[in-house]
Amino acid sequence: MHVTSPVRTPLVTGGKTYADVTEDICKQVEGKPTKEWKVAFGISLAVLAYGTACLFWTWWEGLGVWGLNKTVGWAWDITNFVWWVGIGHAGTLISAILLLFRQKWRTSINRAAEAMTIFAVICAASFILMHMGRPWLAHWALPLPNTFGSLWVNFNSPLVWDVFAISTYFSVSCLFWYVGLVPDLATIRDRAQNKVSKYIYGTLAMGWNGSSKTWARYEYISLILAGLSTPLVLSVHTIVSFDFATSVIPGWHTTIFPPYFVAGAIFSGFAMVQNLMLVTRVVYKLEDYITFEHIEMMNTIITLTGSIVGVAYLTEFFIAWYSGVEYESYAFINRATGPYWWAYWAMMTCNVISPQLFWSRKIRRSITWTFFLSVVVNIGMWFERFVIIVTSLHRDYIPSSWAMFYPTMFDIGDYIFSFGLFFTLFFLFSKYLPVINMAEVKAVIRTSSEKLPKKISGVSKADRLASPAYKKDAE
Amino acid sequence: METQTKRYWKGLEELRNDETFIKNAHNEFGSFESTDSSQNKSIVDGIGSDRRDFLKVLGFGVAAVSLAACDAPVRKSIPYINKPIDTFPSIADWYASTYAEGGDYTSILVKTREGRPIKIEGNRQSSVSGGGVSARAHASLLALYDVEKLKGPKKGEADAAWDTIDKEISSQLASIAAKGGQIRIVSSTILSPSTKAVISDFTKKYPTTQHITYDANSLAGLVKANEISFSKAAIPSYDFSKAKVIVGLSCDFLGTWLSADEFSRQYVKGRKLSSAKGGKRDMSRHYQFETILSLTGSNADYRAAVKPSQEGLVALALYNKISGAAGVSLGAEVDKLIDKAAKDLKAAQGAALVVSGSNDPNVQIVVNALNSALGSYGTTIDLGSPTYYRQGNDTAMNELVDGVKNGAVSAVIFYGCNPVYDHPRGAELKDGISKLSLSVSFADRAEETASLCKYITPAPHYLESWGDAEPKAGSYSLQQPTISLIYKTRQAQSSLLKWAGLSEDFYAYLRNFWKNNILGGSDFENAWTKALHDGVYERAGASTASGAGTPAGVDAAIIAVKNTYKSGSGIEVVLYEKVGMGTGTLANNPWLQEFPEPITKACWDNYASVSQKTAQEMGLSQNDVVKVEVKGKSLELPVLVQPGQANGTVAIAIGYGREKAGKSGNGVGVNVFPFAQYKAGFISFNAGEGTVSKTGSTHKIAQTQTHETVMARKAVLQEARLPEYQKDTKAGRYFPHVFTSEGVKSSTEISLWNGYEKPNHSWGLVIDLNSCTGCGSCVISCQAENNVSVVGRQEVINRREMHWIRIDRYYSSDAVEDLKGLEIASENPEVTFQPLMCQHCGNAPCETVCPVLATTHSTEGLNQMAYNRCVGTRYCANNCPYKVRRFNWFKYFDNDNFDYHFNNDLGKMVINPDVTVRSRGVIEKCSMCVQRIQEGKLNAKKERRRPVDGEIEVACSQSCPTDAIIFGDMNDPESRISKLLAEEKDNRAFTMLEEINVKPQVTYLTKIRNKDVDAKAATATEHAEHGGH
Repeated sequence: MHVTSPVRTPLVTGGKTYADVTEDICKQVEGKPTKEWKVAFGISLAVLAYGTACLFWTWWEGLGVWGLNKTVGWAWDITNFVWWVGIGHAGTLISAILLLFRQKWRTSINRAAEAMTIFAVICAASFILMHMGRPWLAHWALPLPNTFGSLWVNFNSPLVWDVFAISTYFSVSCLFWYVGLVPDLATIRDRAQNKVSKYIYGTLAMGWNGSSKTWARYEYISLILAGLSTPLVLSVHTIVSFDFATSVIPGWHTTIFPPYFVAGAIFSGFAMVQNLMLVTRVVYKLEDYITFEHIEMMNTIITLTGSIVGVAYLTEFFIAWYSGVEYESYAFINRATGPYWWAYWAMMTCNVISPQLFWSRKIRRSITWTFFLSVVVNIGMWFERFVIIVTSLHRDYIPSSWAMFYPTMFDIGDYIFSFGLFFTLFFLFSKYLPVINMAEVKAVIRTSSEKLPKKISGVSKADRLASPAYKKDAE
Repeated sequence: METQTKRYWKGLEELRNDETFIKNAHNEFGSFESTDSSQNKSIVDGIGSDRRDFLKVLGFGVAAVSLAACDAPVRKSIPYINKPIDTFPSIADWYASTYAEGGDYTSILVKTREGRPIKIEGNRQSSVSGGGVSARAHASLLALYDVEKLKGPKKGEADAAWDTIDKEISSQLASIAAKGGQIRIVSSTILSPSTKAVISDFTKKYPTTQHITYDANSLAGLVKANEISFSKAAIPSYDFSKAKVIVGLSCDFLGTWLSADEFSRQYVKGRKLSSAKGGKRDMSRHYQFETILSLTGSNADYRAAVKPSQEGLVALALYNKISGAAGVSLGAEVDKLIDKAAKDLKAAQGAALVVSGSNDPNVQIVVNALNSALGSYGTTIDLGSPTYYRQGNDTAMNELVDGVKNGAVSAVIFYGCNPVYDHPRGAELKDGISKLSLSVSFADRAEETASLCKYITPAPHYLESWGDAEPKAGSYSLQQPTISLIYKTRQAQSSLLKWAGLSEDFYAYLRNFWKNNILGGSDFENAWTKALHDGVYERAGASTASGAGTPAGVDAAIIAVKNTYKSGSGIEVVLYEKVGMGTGTLANNPWLQEFPEPITKACWDNYASVSQKTAQEMGLSQNDVVKVEVKGKSLELPVLVQPGQANGTVAIAIGYGREKAGKSGNGVGVNVFPFAQYKAGFISFNAGEGTVSKTGSTHKIAQTQTHETVMARKAVLQEARLPEYQKDTKAGRYFPHVFTSEGVKSSTEISLWNGYEKPNHSWGLVIDLNSCTGCGSCVISCQAENNVSVVGRQEVINRREMHWIRIDRYYSSDAVEDLKGLEIASENPEVTFQPLMCQHCGNAPCETVCPVLATTHSTEGLNQMAYNRCVGTRYCANNCPYKVRRFNWFKYFDNDNFDYHFNNDLGKMVINPDVTVRSRGVIEKCSMCVQRIQEGKLNAKKERRRPVDGEIEVACSQSCPTDAIIFGDMNDPESRISKLLAEEKDNRAFTMLEEINVKPQVTYLTKIRNKDVDAKAATATEHAEHGGH
């Protein structure tokens, strides 16, 4: 059991009891969909439908519907892929690394963050498929037994490493998420009013009975998975960065990429978690679970990783000059002053300057600012990938081939598809699964919170006594 | 025991032993005894129910449905039941033939597979064309398979039978001739002596006939000048290889003037260098004075831009300098260059050559005088062996238009020409043709002229026809059909013979003609067979270099030039011919439409090119649509900013704006022929002063290269000046160094990779940048050989052309260090061409990144591409430092969005069966013609020997008119490529981007310009040599 000093700010405010936690979280799952949810889900379905239509046309006609050309062979497709993979990183970081570091504040946000991870990886994977000229042959990238003789994949290719990295990451993330869900699913099963949900949640709960043994196993498996996931947090984006770092293209061929990409991934992932959680918090009235403390903590991480990214940008520039390689220097000068200067400066502003605003405690604890800056960070991180991919390719070694990339409505439409997919999945999750890990949150609330003075618990004793909601565990 | 055997009955009938049963018992299939009465009825007819019929129908149905369900691509390939003798499936047959269209001449070899011509190569036996094939001659193959050609003769709009048409035309001709009505045969230059004989036979039958020849890009003025100067109405032979100093005056002799392939070969011969011990370290020097930046001008050592109104004055100034008369001033810069050129010309007395592209006889007379003063006649110019490339007579054509207009001419037969489109007075002719009592065209389609004619009697493509050519006095060549007639067409010669009441067998006529006039001798059969086999017959000793007397009429010409050429202040409009498109006869050829013009790299359009300064002054930028108005005629077309063009001029290419060429050619660009003018009886492409105004709209020009300069990247392009090279054969080379913990190393010493063994062959290419004139013949040759798709204007704008070989064109820049400045080309830039195909890297960046091993390395140094394995991630294309990989963004065949030759069955006949047509979503690139390598190796293997050097040629190297691309086995020390590399290693030979050490199989030789070294250039070189890192 988690023991903290009574003078510490509680991680969950509002003087929540175990029953409150169960009630607050489960009521979203058990109740009828709210109007807001229906509207939001409807919109995301509509977006998904539009995106699917665009995607269908992309596959029907060929990748020529995009704005790519002989010089710029990747643009929005791989930008989106890296962006989504990056976003996915926050979930694993929160659930694995913070677990190992015993950062208990993670409990309120890890469920949603992990769900976000999985959905983001699905979106990222959709771009892997999408960017292929012949996606129906995508399985050739897997080392499967085949009838072509001993025809294997090319183990030298970073794209193959990517396939391994992403699939491993996806499966471990799913597993971790699902294991965490089991006790909560059992809670819902136990509370279920109708047969259908009892059956479905019962099946998903896999016979969880809440015994000490199951809890012990739960703890073990969580730790083991955390141990397994931790290197993945670092490896996945490292390998994604190898897609560029192992190439010969100036601006890609950079040894700094692995740490720089991982930092960027966490940076954008946390920003995305902020965006999603700030909305969920209000809509589902979870202010007591996701407190200003959480928001502030995450903003601190955003500032830290944003600064790492900023240093990386400057280092790249310095190395480009210091190396004396003409092409490398040109690639970076071209980024900042060439035809895509606006993308570069958008990236610099959004990623390096904007997170520094969080040095101010006021901004750090402001919901509006946090939401706004998180959006800005995600825009900036999208531009970072765009800048790396497009501005390096469009002017590489041979000037005769230099070209520009302009997106078409299908580049945009296929990106919109991934948003539709992401939000559809996220809304389904937020309706049918508990958005906060009840079991773990219960471990961090103060059972004796009622004894605390109001300035700490946020609820006066009189209120507590007057409100029936606080009487549950007395019964 | 038997009684125990159980008895089974077939039915109750047997048990009951019915009468009917007994009656039918012998009949196994029961109730079918009534087949006699319903013999012809079956389930197919909907009556009767025969089990066998049912099974047949079922079987047929299943087979039909399953057949319909398979889309078997071979549905139209029919195996030989009786194999024709001498034809082996998958083995190519070669025929020597001749490409002679509108006076452009190339002796060719035609490769046919299973009876269809699929490739044109040069015939090295011809001393005239020498094995080079221009882009246009390569592309002429595709015109054979143009699905929009007429499928038979036409009377007006309606199809007609040959018999009817022949009868009608003959009777009308007869009645016209009887009345004394004038008959005209209008043609472009005819190189064929036998065709001329046919025409004279025709004239014998109809004595009022006259043969009028005109050329869309006329040189009648040159003929006239020679007539005046030397009383010889002919165009002499030129030999650029003998010239030490060449001065071109608005003369695109490497691109479009007379016999560009021949001249290119000669020109480059005089400019080849060798770093071997005692090798040739001297090259000719070339000055060019011209308005537009032509292909020739871009190869010149010194070049000045002059306005069209100064064209005559330049010749005059030069003449005055040589003859010591008072100079003509053309502005400081041009004067300086004229001084220098005159000095060099004088010094090279006897090995100098001045050529002018002008169609003004006076200018040409001055040039004749100049050449005469320089002693060029008898050395670089040979009046004794005239050439026949341009026989047009502008005056006669002018009279014809008048005659058609005023009714003096009753009948016109158009043969191989389209004057309504390509003559300045085409519009007048258009109105006149309908007034003719008989008008016939031999055009292969209802083009601008033919569609107005009463009859179209289409002539087949030259690859379906017999014929001959005499490009140069004493040099003959034969044309033989390489495929039987595709449509119901008939050779023009046969038609003329038929109408003249003679036998229409032109083959017999041709043989006879050759027997009587050309081959002679006792053993005609053998001589004929040999001539047919060789394709060419050159009469030994036919030409003896002959000098010329003092040219006459020079003084008058000088006065005329002085009077005619006066610079004005307005914008001068000038027309020019593009290297690929020519005069527009092949406008419906998608290969040529997509062929990037060597200088601008633009395709699928013509445009108003203006200099940087003029554009700036007039507030124009690239792609702005302007209205160009000259003498009441106006056109709207986009602007292209062209470095090197004369300020205050607008240049527009002819050959565009076809209206009735076909779907690839119609509406592409605008027709500027109406801007050409008759000046003193000669067509001039200098349209005179006009106005240019912005319309406000834009039209994007499709260019395959949009960045103009090389950004001072020495690892890409290495060049030097001749004096530097003479001092040090390494001049201009760039040696990158890498600082390591073990000291400074060359970049080639450091590698992550172990490399590949090349135990047997090591195929490679050497490209001599000094020999490449940038003509682009290799681009189309490669396209034909490797089934490269045409993607259309919009896709070129999207930067997705598919060419496997491209020629990068770089302009020099005035800036030194400043990166933004380096992006801007000089006002009068030095130009470099660099052919670039897959470099077949030993450490190929593409190979390591492919996830599925679709691109791998061969044991012969080739970087191979397995299309079937490609999943289309495009990582290889991204990681290719040379950007030579091409992705199939769409399906380019059987796709109505790409309605070029891959979209119809006839067009697809041009496909080389040895090369896969790539599907959507895969990467493709230069394979170094691996199909040819394999074929060569197999042939050698069958004969139990190793391939001989030169036996295998790749498409680009084979077609290069200047031998700038050399292919061979670098493992064979005796091969030409190995010897060359041995000589040039550590001298002129470099690989592109050496510092990334990808170890290409393609080596380049530095570009050397025959320019003096001035102080500035010397420091620049110094600087570059000490650069690197």
